[in-house]
Amino acid sequence: MSQAFAALQAFLLKSSGLSLDKEKKYLVEARLTPVIEQAGLSDLGELVTMIETDRTLAKKVTEAMTVNETFFFRDRQPFDGFRNAILPELLKHRSRQRKIRIWSAACSTGQEPYSLAMIVDEEARNLAGWTVDIVATDIAETVLKKAKDGVYTHFEAQRGLPAQHLVRYFTKRKDNWVISQHIRSRVDFRQQNLMADFSALGQFDVIFCRNVLIYFAPDQKRDVLNRMAQRLSPDGFLVLGAAESVIGYSSEFKPHSDNRVILTRRAATPQHEPLRTGASLEQARAAK
Amino acid sequence: MKNVLVVDDSPMIRRIAKKILEELNFKTCEAEDGQKALAAVNADMPDAILLDWNMPVMDGLEFLINLRQLPNGGSPKVLFCTTESDVKHITKAMQAGADEYIMKPFNKQIVKSKFEEVGLC
Repeated sequence: MSQAFAALQAFLLKSSGLSLDKEKKYLVEARLTPVIEQAGLSDLGELVTMIETDRTLAKKVTEAMTVNETFFFRDRQPFDGFRNAILPELLKHRSRQRKIRIWSAACSTGQEPYSLAMIVDEEARNLAGWTVDIVATDIAETVLKKAKDGVYTHFEAQRGLPAQHLVRYFTKRKDNWVISQHIRSRVDFRQQNLMADFSALGQFDVIFCRNVLIYFAPDQKRDVLNRMAQRLSPDGFLVLGAAESVIGYSSEFKPHSDNRVILTRRAATPQHEPLRTGASLEQARAAK
Repeated sequence: MKNVLVVDDSPMIRRIAKKILEELNFKTCEAEDGQKALAAVNADMPDAILLDWNMPVMDGLEFLINLRQLPNGGSPKVLFCTTESDVKHITKAMQAGADEYIMKPFNKQIVKSKFEEVGLC
């Protein structure tokens, strides 16, 4: 393993928690060659030297190495769980406050928080008089800008998004699809490195942190999960990616019902009998 | 194995669509216009139809309206797959009984995602 690669590994681990295996050399070449050329440098060795002192370049390297794969309603199950299990429980438990706060962590180009915003919009009748805050964060400013713009290509707009939602929540502008102002205004986008202190974001009832921690080194994963537990209300929900688990990294969470990607705080003492996954919002309201 | 009828007047599109669908474990058959597609569904009703809009003899919308009037014509999932890519066309297709809508050009990810949406993937 070259010294330059080892230095890059150390930099990424420190700056973003990203764990870069030595098998990922091809990824480094594919992602960083344009950055090296754009900066007028000759190779990775020069780049890792420069990022020691050049913060702009360091940020570009972090952004280039971050995985931004996402699409609307990705994997479906977490969104069905949000609609059919999480929202009904929160409607019961927050009936006094009538406020729900959701965090979409590492939101990339915005498809995840906008998918949540569309569900919230569809459930407007049940949420009448409620405030639902959706905070969406990412480390990379370039993807956050795209998320805030809410402009998606022909391919992005079709991946995961039902045609009915496309027609209802988007308008066509040339070859792109633009999310409606109504949905865009529901999401508060902010720049946030998960390795940094995120306590200023406040407390949340739901945290979506999907397909992010799989790229983190074990110590960083433990640290982020335990700090997320502190940001989550005692009866709040953590939603992970399909291939992710907290086992071995945090004892703060336990699986919720039979939905293995939805977790709750282990210390939580349910104030009410939890609804089974699949219960409707109407059932939750009737139960109140 | 679910059966998909691919209806498109372009042999190239039919070939690409069939290749993607077969990779997604569907059995496929094909028709080059709406009229031939109607004959095909009368002989054997498929589980899904990937349907072009603009075709000679009978276009996709006319085929869909005819299909939905057949005794078992409500059962196949119909996914338009067309160059018509504006809200007006999508709305018209959905009102006529389409289940999903794919705008060309398409790729495997989009086809998979739309077939998942109608519960066939």
